[in-house]
Amino acid sequence: MAPVTMLEAIRQAIFEEMERDPAVVAIGEDIGVYGGAFKVTAGLLERFGWERVIDTPISETAIIGAAVGMSYQGLRPIAELQFIDFIACCFNQITNFVAKSHYRWGAPVPMVMRGPSGGGVHGGPFHSANPEMYFVHTPGLKVIYPSTAYDAKGLLKSAIRDNNPVLFLEHKFLYRRIKEELPEDDYTVPIGKAIVRREGRDLTIVTYAAMMHSSLEAAETLAREGVDVEVIDLRTLLPLDKETILQSVKKTNKLLIVHEDTRTGGIAGEIAAVACEGAFEDLDGPVLRVTAKDSPVPFSPPLEERFLPNVNDILSAARELAAY
Amino acid sequence: MSYPLTRDQHLELYYYMKLNRMLDEQLVRLFRQNKVVGGLYSNLGQEATSVGTAYALEKRDWIAPMIRNVGGLLVKGYKPADILMQYMARYDSPTKGKDGTSHFGDLKGRHVVSPISMLGDLVPVMTGVAIAGRYLGQNIVAMTWVGDGATSTGAFHEGLNFAATQHAPLVLVVENNQWAYSTPVAKQVPIHDLADRAKAYGIASSIVDGNDVVAVYQATKEAVDRCRAGKGPVLIESKTMRMKGHAQHDPAEYVPKKMFEYWEARDPIARYEKYLTQNNLWDEKTKSEFAARIEKELEAALDVAEKSPFPPPELAEQGVYCDGCHTIEAEWKRSKKEVTPPQSSVKPEWEVTDFGGFDLASTMTKQSAAAGANGGNGAKSSRTIAAAQKSAGKSNGRPEKPKVPARVPFGRGPKGKEGRK
Ligand SMILES: Cc1ncc(C[n+]2csc(CCOP(=O)(O)OP(=O)(O)O)c2C)c(N)n1
Repeated sequence: MAPVTMLEAIRQAIFEEMERDPAVVAIGEDIGVYGGAFKVTAGLLERFGWERVIDTPISETAIIGAAVGMSYQGLRPIAELQFIDFIACCFNQITNFVAKSHYRWGAPVPMVMRGPSGGGVHGGPFHSANPEMYFVHTPGLKVIYPSTAYDAKGLLKSAIRDNNPVLFLEHKFLYRRIKEELPEDDYTVPIGKAIVRREGRDLTIVTYAAMMHSSLEAAETLAREGVDVEVIDLRTLLPLDKETILQSVKKTNKLLIVHEDTRTGGIAGEIAAVACEGAFEDLDGPVLRVTAKDSPVPFSPPLEERFLPNVNDILSAARELAAY
Repeated sequence: MSYPLTRDQHLELYYYMKLNRMLDEQLVRLFRQNKVVGGLYSNLGQEATSVGTAYALEKRDWIAPMIRNVGGLLVKGYKPADILMQYMARYDSPTKGKDGTSHFGDLKGRHVVSPISMLGDLVPVMTGVAIAGRYLGQNIVAMTWVGDGATSTGAFHEGLNFAATQHAPLVLVVENNQWAYSTPVAKQVPIHDLADRAKAYGIASSIVDGNDVVAVYQATKEAVDRCRAGKGPVLIESKTMRMKGHAQHDPAEYVPKKMFEYWEARDPIARYEKYLTQNNLWDEKTKSEFAARIEKELEAALDVAEKSPFPPPELAEQGVYCDGCHTIEAEWKRSKKEVTPPQSSVKPEWEVTDFGGFDLASTMTKQSAAAGANGGNGAKSSRTIAAAQKSAGKSNGRPEKPKVPARVPFGRGPKGKEGRK
């Protein structure tokens, strides 16, 4: 099998799930005839027809609202947000309607909301967002943010089969940059389970999505300096796999959290609290964070480079922590 | 109504359209040379709408552009270098590289509100600008453009409804360019004329041939005058065509070739050139002078843009908050005393005329047939602004108060117990 991109892996997940289960439908702007702004849904319309691959007007509230209604009919809609930034337009539907449905009146909402997120492609303030924390703070949702093609496919399949509303974030910088060979057989990756990408003794880096790759790169450099770093890829942000985090911290006694989202109110703060509550006695240094700056995502390349965390930022934070 | 243009005005309209076109072509070249950062959204084919609408405004009026309204920005006084630098993410661009495309603005000087990508959001924003302008006594008009696609958004409808209830001096130009990304207008909205959206909000509307710059100008001028006279918002539908893909990366294979051919034959610039010739407004010499002059201007602009550096990285974190870097002052055009309670003429009470005996007929919009708002250009600008409401409002811009024989009392009558039974 030839290696495939993350984008292709996501496409395969949708395609295969639609083949497997006629209840799975796709809905979104330009997803049918055009095959999606990023071509994630290319070929779906030809295979499944317009009743299952629904091109919509530019109405995010209508897309999410209708997807909820479809899921009340027992369907499993996959709703695409053309850029994840536009999720803000349907914030009310998601946080109030979708997320509270099961809790309020026992009505499950088996839908997936997915879209390209993240920066690094000079998309400017409205095409580069990392909106995870608005939704991690919303009980009733699940939030997934994969870093590899294998995980993207397996997690998306799990999300589609899940009986809960899932927000599935796809880092657009990774779409075509990473490639992997995928199993031929159907497989899933469980939601809510982090994975240890690299084992180490001296220091734990907890991260996800594009920053996972930067963290691994930093870990290789640090290994040459004699610092043995463990890298944990969260994969799912809600629910958060506290157990894997705590286990690792108890082993390495040092914790660095790396994410591309902005700093204040980012998930690093939450993870730091988890570590303090569950492994305070084991910590041999402060919990450190490497994150984006607290500003909107700027457009011009030098500004965006400054805004985004990079391997050097990770290296200096890790060295500082290792020196404790 | 007809608004005659002088020869100079005609030539100015041409200048802006041609500048718009040639700047667009220059940007495409720069894109191919990898000098444009991010996407490039061409305005090819829509110059007449952008330029003709903006040209009907005065300096004090406000606009909020969309991605395809570079023409309007030029009319509002932005220089080609500004636009080049913005697309090239340079330090001297209007946003210093923090944002791209047409995402820039200027509150004080040119009265331009910078758009965001979220479509439709400018409609409520410009309603706010408009009603604030009324309060401040500025007698301004606020104008924004939305695509056919954007008319599907909630923000469009919420904003328009609010503008209508407020009688806001808002001119909303719906650029029906047939496509929203890959979605044809018929898949976007279930009606033929987007101008019909106005009916639901009880406001005036018109339809104009968007490739006929004089017709566009006339329709907009009429709308602007109406707004300035306090008659409430106007929706103008401009029928035009996006002659390229959504952005440079999109080859627009979903557009039938015939459709491009149809609109190519109605190219707004070629048409206007013909019009200028037929009406003896210029000769071949003037025409070639225009092209040469604009080419020179654009060369100079590119030089400025190329010389501008990329922004210093430290700028990334700066400016998230205003730390006293701006003084914020409303621009009153009439004395504050006139508008501050208790001098306000708006009474803080409600008067309710009837309970259910709703006079439907008097609130219905009538779309009257056109009395030719085209500039003699042979174009069809099929409808002109309809008398929107019988009670369209007084010239102070506030809706006319309903005429009530006597105040209907709630609970307590005007004279003690009298009102009760
Ligand atoms: C609320 C929202 N949803 C989706 C998008 C992504 N998007 C950008 S432009 C566009 C098509 C716009 O079509 P239209 O409003 O007709 O304007 P045109 O591009 O034709 O000028 C889409 C879907 C967006 N910008 N905003």
